[in-house]
Amino acid sequence: MAERERTSLRPEREANGGRSHNGERNLPVPFDADLRRHLPGVEPDRQLDDWGRSERVEGAMDKLLYDFMYRYWFRVEVEGIENIPASGGAMLVSNHSGALPPDAPMIAKAIKEEHPHPRPLHITIEHFFKGYPGFSMLVSKIGCVPAHPANVHRLLYDEGQLVLVFPEGRKGTEKLYKNRYRLRRFGRGGFVEAAMRARAPIVPVCVVGAEEAAPIFAHLSPLQKLTGLIYAPLTPTFPHFGLLGMLGYLPAKFKIRFLEPIKFDQPGLDEDKSLVQTVAHDIRAQIQENLFDMLEQRNSVWFG
Amino acid sequence: MSTPKRVLVTGLSTYWGGRLAESLEADENVEVIIGVDSVDPTRELERTEFVRVGTQHALLRRIVDAAEIDTVVDARLVVDSATTAPRLAHENNVIGTMNILAACSGPESTVRKLVFKSSAHFYGTEQDDPAFFTEQMGRPHAPTTPIERDIVDAEAAVAEFAEQNPNTVVSVLRCTNVLGPDVRTSHRDLFSLPVVPMILGFDPRYQFVHEDDVVGALHHAVKEDVPGIYNVAADGVLALSEVAGLLGKTYVPLLPPWGTGLAAALARRIGMPVPPEMLSQLRFGRGIDNRKLKATGFQYRYTTREAVIRLREHMRLDPILRGVKEPYQYEREVEDFLRWSPNVRRSATDEATGHRPQATGPAPVRVPEPAGPPVEHYDDLEAEEVISLLGSLEAGDLGALRDYEAAGKGRDSVVAAIDAVLARRAAASRP
Repeated sequence: MAERERTSLRPEREANGGRSHNGERNLPVPFDADLRRHLPGVEPDRQLDDWGRSERVEGAMDKLLYDFMYRYWFRVEVEGIENIPASGGAMLVSNHSGALPPDAPMIAKAIKEEHPHPRPLHITIEHFFKGYPGFSMLVSKIGCVPAHPANVHRLLYDEGQLVLVFPEGRKGTEKLYKNRYRLRRFGRGGFVEAAMRARAPIVPVCVVGAEEAAPIFAHLSPLQKLTGLIYAPLTPTFPHFGLLGMLGYLPAKFKIRFLEPIKFDQPGLDEDKSLVQTVAHDIRAQIQENLFDMLEQRNSVWFG
Repeated sequence: MSTPKRVLVTGLSTYWGGRLAESLEADENVEVIIGVDSVDPTRELERTEFVRVGTQHALLRRIVDAAEIDTVVDARLVVDSATTAPRLAHENNVIGTMNILAACSGPESTVRKLVFKSSAHFYGTEQDDPAFFTEQMGRPHAPTTPIERDIVDAEAAVAEFAEQNPNTVVSVLRCTNVLGPDVRTSHRDLFSLPVVPMILGFDPRYQFVHEDDVVGALHHAVKEDVPGIYNVAADGVLALSEVAGLLGKTYVPLLPPWGTGLAAALARRIGMPVPPEMLSQLRFGRGIDNRKLKATGFQYRYTTREAVIRLREHMRLDPILRGVKEPYQYEREVEDFLRWSPNVRRSATDEATGHRPQATGPAPVRVPEPAGPPVEHYDDLEAEEVISLLGSLEAGDLGALRDYEAAGKGRDSVVAAIDAVLARRAAASRP
């Protein structure tokens, strides 16, 4: 329901010179229709960017946690890193799992470690996190952005950044261990629409290992109601070890595979709803197929 | 840029009305500035004419028609519920706007441009907001606070006006929270506290705009034709903790994440300036996209960060300078004397005040008002009353009055009496 109320951002049609759909006439003053030229500049003295991302907090998290997890705990192996473009906007679409998902920071870290031109990755998350005390302070600092179509469009089209999207959303993270690696529904294809509108390529990403690192055995609905969290899972370490138990990942071996980018170069593709649905479906099938392929080749959950 | 403008500013006595009038006075292309408000102006203005009107602006049409106003700037919207009682704010924001729009509308209206100062409170602040609001985005949720409801209603009225008057250029400027040394807002009061209060566990994104840039944007909209809706906000979105850091204050979780409304009501009792519309901002924050106005050629002078730094500098200096400058007191007689008395030497006052640029030739000639009687309420006076007044008038005024009477009612007794007075004066001045 919330989806319908939400404003979707349609870019102003570049063709007719700054005319937008709220009935404006052509402006008599010289109007620069390419708003990308008017993005605010970077102020070098600032610690945070306009999205609230903090280099300091990110660096601290990286040193304290991600580096250790990436190298020693999950021993991440990466294939196809060259599929991520070195410049311009691109949308990474991945499968999603784990109570407090370890897959997103590991993908970000993989780009930082393995890519010849390391770039920051913007991770889209549920709006819930923006409204929950504590999370709200932290998530934007470590590079998370609420998953609003307008945010994705600005990042991809205007700022030319990398955006990581989990089309499964919370349906992916709350799925139980017995359903592991079986992709949920890919939303309503909104992610494809956003990429087409921004004319940015989609890079499908498959992550193996996250399901075993943070398995969910059951959902504790009384605890969920009490805390107001989006879900309260029963994991090997949560809730009996408290909130930090959320970070109690098992040392499963991680494998990340980046697939060939899918390009959308023509404008106006997003108008075609059936095309959007088809592409969304194809991407889901492609990720699912590659996941099964990677699982087939895996000898051990812990050693790969 | 071609024809000189005749501008009417509503809310002259508000901060924005006064600042804009000051800015317009320096613009040679603006020929006439008339300011209306229900209370006395708070700034010293040189050539702006002040007309006191009721809060409802019911008689505005007559002023607009009489002065052949072509540009109306509505700078009077109340956007901070801490400054005005809710009922007064509603009266001003909704009923006042309707009446002002009514005064500008219609096929025979002289108004060609309406500039409406609105607020980014139009967008509200909710959990599922986009990180940057653009002008095309409607409001995702129904407004929850009275001030937001008023702003949405007022903008709806302006949109309807724009639709019905396609020949009028309608510019709506949605300004984000203003910060600067001079303007008083709830956020400024909040930052004047010894610590910056926050809601526990939240660090909202905040975007401000410097007061000079708001005035600049209003002036830009008067000068250029920029129809449509424009966001006015400085470059850069800061986290509230960053703002506190720039101000050199500690960021303290004074408000609880649950039951915030109740706690804020208590906090208001002890004088903490947290109006309801600020609470959701302290929780979720708001960023708006300022690129559309920049694309029309407007340039901001300050970024959000610089606006905060200006405020910090001012707050350091403020305790030292407090009370040095006397507040301006409007006195009608003095203002009228300065504007209309033939004994005031134009060039001397100009040099003294330095208001008007002296670069090109003589100071711009004051354009005479459309011919009117030199006596107030002349049309309501009986012939006998007029005749009894004649003795107190100057010779020039008598001549003007005679012309007016001859052109208007043409009462023989009055014309004859004026002629008699003039003849007597002429006789007396002869040796």
